[in-house]
Amino acid sequence: MEETLAVRRLDRLGVVLVVAGVAAAALLPFIYVKANRIASGKPMLLMQLLDQPSVAILTLLLVLSACAVLFLENAYARLAISTLCLAALLAAIGFVATSFTPEGSTAARMTPGGGFWVLLAVTSLIISDALVKVRPRPWMRVAALAAYACLLGIFLWSGLLDSLSIMREFANRGDQFWAEAWTHVELAFGSLAISVAIGLPLGIVCFWVPKLRAALLQGLSLIQTIPSLALFGLLMLPLGYLATHVPLAAAVGISGIGAAPALIALVLYSLLPIVANTVVGLEGVDPAVRDAAAGMGLTRRQILTGIDLPLALPVILTGIRIVLVQAIGLVTVAALIGGGGFGVFIFQGLGQTAMDLVLLGAVPTVIFAFSSAVILDAVADSIRGPAA
Amino acid sequence: MSMIDIRNVTKRYGDTTVVDNVSMAVEKGEITVIVGTSGSGKSTLIRMINRLVPMTSGEIRVGGRNVADVPETELRRNIGYVIQGNGLFPHRTVAQNIATVPQLLGWERGRIDARVDELLGLFNLDPRSFAKKYPHQLSGGEQQRVGVARALAAGPEVLIMDEPFGALDPVIRGKAQDDLLAIQKQFGTTIILVTHDMDEAFHLGNRIAVMRGGRLLQYSTPEKIITEPADPFVQQLTGTTDRALKRMSLLPLTSGMAPAKAGLDHGLPQSLSLRDALAEMIWQGIDEAAVENEKKAAIGSISMSHLLELGRKE
Repeated sequence: MEETLAVRRLDRLGVVLVVAGVAAAALLPFIYVKANRIASGKPMLLMQLLDQPSVAILTLLLVLSACAVLFLENAYARLAISTLCLAALLAAIGFVATSFTPEGSTAARMTPGGGFWVLLAVTSLIISDALVKVRPRPWMRVAALAAYACLLGIFLWSGLLDSLSIMREFANRGDQFWAEAWTHVELAFGSLAISVAIGLPLGIVCFWVPKLRAALLQGLSLIQTIPSLALFGLLMLPLGYLATHVPLAAAVGISGIGAAPALIALVLYSLLPIVANTVVGLEGVDPAVRDAAAGMGLTRRQILTGIDLPLALPVILTGIRIVLVQAIGLVTVAALIGGGGFGVFIFQGLGQTAMDLVLLGAVPTVIFAFSSAVILDAVADSIRGPAA
Repeated sequence: MSMIDIRNVTKRYGDTTVVDNVSMAVEKGEITVIVGTSGSGKSTLIRMINRLVPMTSGEIRVGGRNVADVPETELRRNIGYVIQGNGLFPHRTVAQNIATVPQLLGWERGRIDARVDELLGLFNLDPRSFAKKYPHQLSGGEQQRVGVARALAAGPEVLIMDEPFGALDPVIRGKAQDDLLAIQKQFGTTIILVTHDMDEAFHLGNRIAVMRGGRLLQYSTPEKIITEPADPFVQQLTGTTDRALKRMSLLPLTSGMAPAKAGLDHGLPQSLSLRDALAEMIWQGIDEAAVENEKKAAIGSISMSHLLELGRKE
């Protein structure tokens, strides 16, 4: 009886996270020490590094975090301890990397190992779980995101992490990094803007004309089934033809490779979620509300802009969120056809078997996608708020 | 001249005739109730008045003007419209909902605010606490009142109501019906109301129209509907078991009283119907009572035997 009660008091997710964290800390290397970027490194476990003060503090905080997750009900307390733990994790990897880097060496690479990444993921999950339990208002979630971004910014700015391999790669390509970041943002938001501009009216028309709906939605789902790389390839032929035979097309920057096919493919992928969510959102509006609006003498246009679209907006925003996160991921693939973006580093790194370079492309992409999702969710929730 | 004049109106969807050559006139300041089962065409008929449904043939005049000659939106802004489940805009506050038509008509801000407050007060909704609420924060009865207030916002001469009380529970429904009668009396609005509830029709209607299968079976006063049903269906709808009591409920006590008499111990208020008077006399176990005005002065008398006589078919 007592035993079942005790078990019930344990957080199931917490148990899984703690087990994963302990296993990763004990079995997976915390850091690889490499002589140069393509050499196979020397793995170091967390327990082999305990003589370093930062690692000792980290270990202590990890144990505290585990206890908090398993036995503390208070979400704020969990949040505080796990945030401290996250900071300690970043600080420790920075200090360890610095301590292993030979004085004045630029060739040596300190690559975070699986242990570090799993601990980072586990700590982040504990933080987000605690944040969810606090039930923050939409703007509080954005504020929390900003706070953690600031935390990361402070670590980057302080130079503590500069010895890490990923930062070394960044230092070598600072200008290119920001150029590709800008391209990535442009492609993601550009394709989103274009697909909203096309998809929203299409969705409205589909809602009004049910016959068109089935045909269009099926066509768009068909596009979704084409693998992204194949779609990029398919677009190269017609666009290349266009570029060589229509001077105007070439003049505005259309060619078989580069940003144009990337943008077109992204828009094609984005249309289905936008159109489908617009239709579903409009269908969700109570017909009695629309009937009352018409009966009071609102014009068709006033009903659309004043009643239908505002009421469908939360669902449409969900579609926009899906599209943005999807586009941020897909832009990485666009690098293969010369579209640019963080994918450039990923594919360069894969080509050179330099994992640190892959991370330089992958980590910002994940952060970008995650932040976009949090912000758009908050916007959708704050709109849903008054009418819920 | 009638306020609403419906002449030979027919509505067909393909081969199905939903409204079949209906003609009826609604007088200014009256409440006309259209009763019928579902599929009788009653909703379609009233939705042709504000052109939410285009008619196949016939003509409807509101205030003397042919509705086909008035632009749709202008027509609808001048006719109040209330539907079952009220159709309030969930993303707008109570005040914004009520302000809908005045805003469409381009009233200035101050006039709209004053009107919203006036209507909220009229429907016993304190403007300070209700104006900023959203519809989902209101009870069903409050939502319904806001729905009627919204329809009356611009002071329309005509109010169309499609099963306005259908979603309310019986207790709140009775209260809502009484409120509507009071407000109709105050504004003199001409109301055309659709229901499937015969009791509601008798309670509210100056005139009752009975529809079945798209045809208008009978259109007359509630009393005539009971005493002279034009069709077996009308009789079935009103029920035969309690028609005496139903008819007595339509007649005021003052219509059947004898001259005042001295020496009566019990008094009945003159506002009662014959049916209420009968019920009260059965309950009190008395054979004769005085009829009193508001100041408790006897203005007449009524006896049990006379009451029973009044309830007999003619």
